[in-house]
Amino acid sequence: MTAFDLLRFEDWTNPVPPADREVVSLLPEEDDGRPPLLFVPGLGHGAWAFAEHWLPHAAGRGFPAHALTPRPGGDLRAQVHDVVQTAASLPRQAVLIGHGVGALVVARALGRYPARAAVLAAPVLGGWSALGSALRANPGGTLPALVGGRLSLSARQLFQSGPPALTAEQITGYLSRLDPKPRAELLRRATPPRPVGDAPVLVIGSPDDRVVARPALDRAAAAYSGAPLMFPGMGHDLMLEASWAEPIDAILDWLTKQIK
Amino acid sequence: MHDSPDPGDRRDAVCVVGAGASGLTAVKNLLELGFQVDCYERETAVGGAWNWRHDRSPVYAGAHLISSRPLTEFPDFPMPDTWPDYPHHSQVLSYLERYAAHFRLGEHVWFGTEVVSAVPTGDGGWEVTTQSTGGGSSRTSRYAALVVANGHNWDPRRPTIPGEFRGRVMHSSAYKDPAVLRDRKVLVIGGGNTGCDLAVEAAQQARQVWHSTRRGYWYAPKYVLGRPADQVNDRLLKWRLPLRLRQWLYRRTVAMTTGDLTRFGLPEPDHQPYESHPIVNSQLPYYLGHGRITPVPDVTAFDGSAAELADGRRIEPDLVITATGYRPRFEFLAPELLDADEQGRPDLHLHTFARKHPTLAVIGLVQPDSGVFPLAHWQSVATARWLRLRLTDPARAAAVQQKESAKPLASWSKRRVVKTERHWFEVDHLDYLRSLESLLNEMEPA
Ligand SMILES: Cc1cc2nc3c(=O)[nH]c(=O)nc-3n(C[C@H](O)[C@H](O)[C@H](O)COP(=O)(O)OP(=O)(O)OC[C@H]3O[C@@H](n4cnc5c(N)ncnc54)[C@H](O)[C@@H]3O)c2cc1C
Ligand SMILES: NC(=O)c1ccc[n+]([C@@H]2O[C@H](COP(=O)([O-])OP(=O)(O)OC[C@H]3O[C@@H](n4cnc5c(N)ncnc54)[C@H](OP(=O)(O)O)[C@@H]3O)[C@@H](O)[C@H]2O)c1
Repeated sequence: MTAFDLLRFEDWTNPVPPADREVVSLLPEEDDGRPPLLFVPGLGHGAWAFAEHWLPHAAGRGFPAHALTPRPGGDLRAQVHDVVQTAASLPRQAVLIGHGVGALVVARALGRYPARAAVLAAPVLGGWSALGSALRANPGGTLPALVGGRLSLSARQLFQSGPPALTAEQITGYLSRLDPKPRAELLRRATPPRPVGDAPVLVIGSPDDRVVARPALDRAAAAYSGAPLMFPGMGHDLMLEASWAEPIDAILDWLTKQIK
Repeated sequence: MHDSPDPGDRRDAVCVVGAGASGLTAVKNLLELGFQVDCYERETAVGGAWNWRHDRSPVYAGAHLISSRPLTEFPDFPMPDTWPDYPHHSQVLSYLERYAAHFRLGEHVWFGTEVVSAVPTGDGGWEVTTQSTGGGSSRTSRYAALVVANGHNWDPRRPTIPGEFRGRVMHSSAYKDPAVLRDRKVLVIGGGNTGCDLAVEAAQQARQVWHSTRRGYWYAPKYVLGRPADQVNDRLLKWRLPLRLRQWLYRRTVAMTTGDLTRFGLPEPDHQPYESHPIVNSQLPYYLGHGRITPVPDVTAFDGSAAELADGRRIEPDLVITATGYRPRFEFLAPELLDADEQGRPDLHLHTFARKHPTLAVIGLVQPDSGVFPLAHWQSVATARWLRLRLTDPARAAAVQQKESAKPLASWSKRRVVKTERHWFEVDHLDYLRSLESLLNEMEPA
């Protein structure tokens, strides 16, 4: 991981311009001082993906919960900027929770903001490996994107096939809301920065994820000197799956231990 | 659980003096590395210089930053990106208040408590005596380390001008509100950023304005080609253009933006660009050109209702504001602890680390060509890591100290500057940050 980052010419001479940011927030009835959570969705997803289950569940367990929709057309740098801006606008040190490419955004943001803790859920940290998985699981939806066409994500990629499964209606509903616009920069290899402030980082995922292969998950966890927490059977979209409660409960349990 | 018999013994804790920008970032970065911290602040709130409710705040109603937002904010807690390029001083205060709240720093600050003395105990620790502001009982506690962040822009440096003056003389530190200027004949002394700001405010309010400077300066505009000037400057630095070339570009830029000010009676600068602390003011040339500000040379004496000038002229102001800057002041420390000379100028490694006392550091004692906060942040990170290294790996700490102590001042402060007191702590932010970076890397586990 890269060490200290003192000279920031890019930020000093060419700051990211402001943009309207969509943040969906759910606050617990009683604020007993728990750190706020900031959920960061991945490719094609928006704050809605967390608003579905995880946001209300986290708020129900006493955590102020927020989810950020990436700015339309924003590159990785702009997305990282938006996460750090949103985190810094919260009253207390936030926990960053990124999913998919959102985990890559969080990994980058950790170099710019001393999060209370961070969770990388089904993290897409290496674009090539994710592309390989996508070509295997959904060649028809992926190939056109390689030649400048549309990328489409399939149910097979994102959701588990076995029980407890989502209804066909739910799946069509979710898929219709997806609007993935991948950028070539995701394929650029870059080591994530060392988290400033030594935030503890948890990596979670599923061995049956068809976007993030098992070795990619292990690599991500190893980068933060840990082992991934596994939810076998689940598909990539952990927060939308029928068994969505298990991972978020595990995250909140881990967090509770971290903050003592 | 406290197993020490002496409640004043804070053992491994670190004492921080001051809760301005520098003290706050010191507290945050020390806490982050697991240190216990007690911070003492003689005022009743955070913000230091930027809290203009404080008597000693040097900030006046109209003050805006001169360093632009991206070059001023802490590197790990940005200001809102919707804020202007040059926020108002009240925004800077609210930013510091949010920083303190976000990282829960307030719990570690003892407000209304002044540090009146700090004495080394001989075993690397410090005996710190505090007193409630405005008198009251004093208290002495022991700490493992002392981090001084008391600011250097609050104790007025007043010029000694011979003679008696019948009108009013005030130092800029006492100037808060343009109302005092209204319909007066005002003489502003000093060509720093304060003097230039006040001359402009006077131009908008007063009947007549003289601006006295004892030399010519380079007056940079706030914007160049539509971008904040410091951002444009950093672009040149990014390309690593040699100083000579940058000086040439600076002259060209000033010639094309501010223009030739000798036309209005200002003297030519007696030094090269970058050899004095940058003045950033777009309005001064404007008011010079409108005849609202009359530039005058140094004031040599007062004589009743008149001020005598170096060129023999006499003017009759009714209000004189001396914007002649501030002195560093460390009343609670014996001068030799900071290796200070007779003038009170400390000699610290990287303007931060005491040479003979490894557990004494000063944060924020720099004057960069950028915002101060980023430098204070990285000084604090380096200080916290240094103190931790001493505990975890004394052998390496000794090696680092040996290597660092051999570095002459010229190796980390290459800047050639006009030799006046205001440039004691002048640093080039890039050179300076590079030096801190190399120190940080040296302290990394192998
Ligand atoms: C008019 C003006 C404009 C400026 N504009 C800019 C700008 O645009 N950009 C920029 O980056 N900087 C600017 N500065 C520099 C400014 O000083 C720094 O931004 C910043 O305020 C420095 O913070 P500090 O914490 O080091 O010092 P301070 O803000 O002075 O804080 C020191 C604190 O220590 C406390 N203290 C002191 N002694 C004791 C003691 N013995 N016991 C307990 N507490 C103590 C004080 O009460 C104070 O709260 C400006 C300065 C002035 C005068
Ligand atoms: N808007 C802003 O953000 C803002 C506004 C004000 C100040 N600041 C900052 O605050 C700090 C202090 O600034 P400052 O302007 O108050 O002080 P300063 O930078 O120290 O400037 C003092 C000025 O007074 C002159 N001077 C000093 N002693 C004198 C004497 N005995 N007789 C005649 N002239 C004398 C100096 O001349 P020499 O050059 O010959 O020494 C200089 O022109 C600086 O870092 C500055 O950048 C920022």
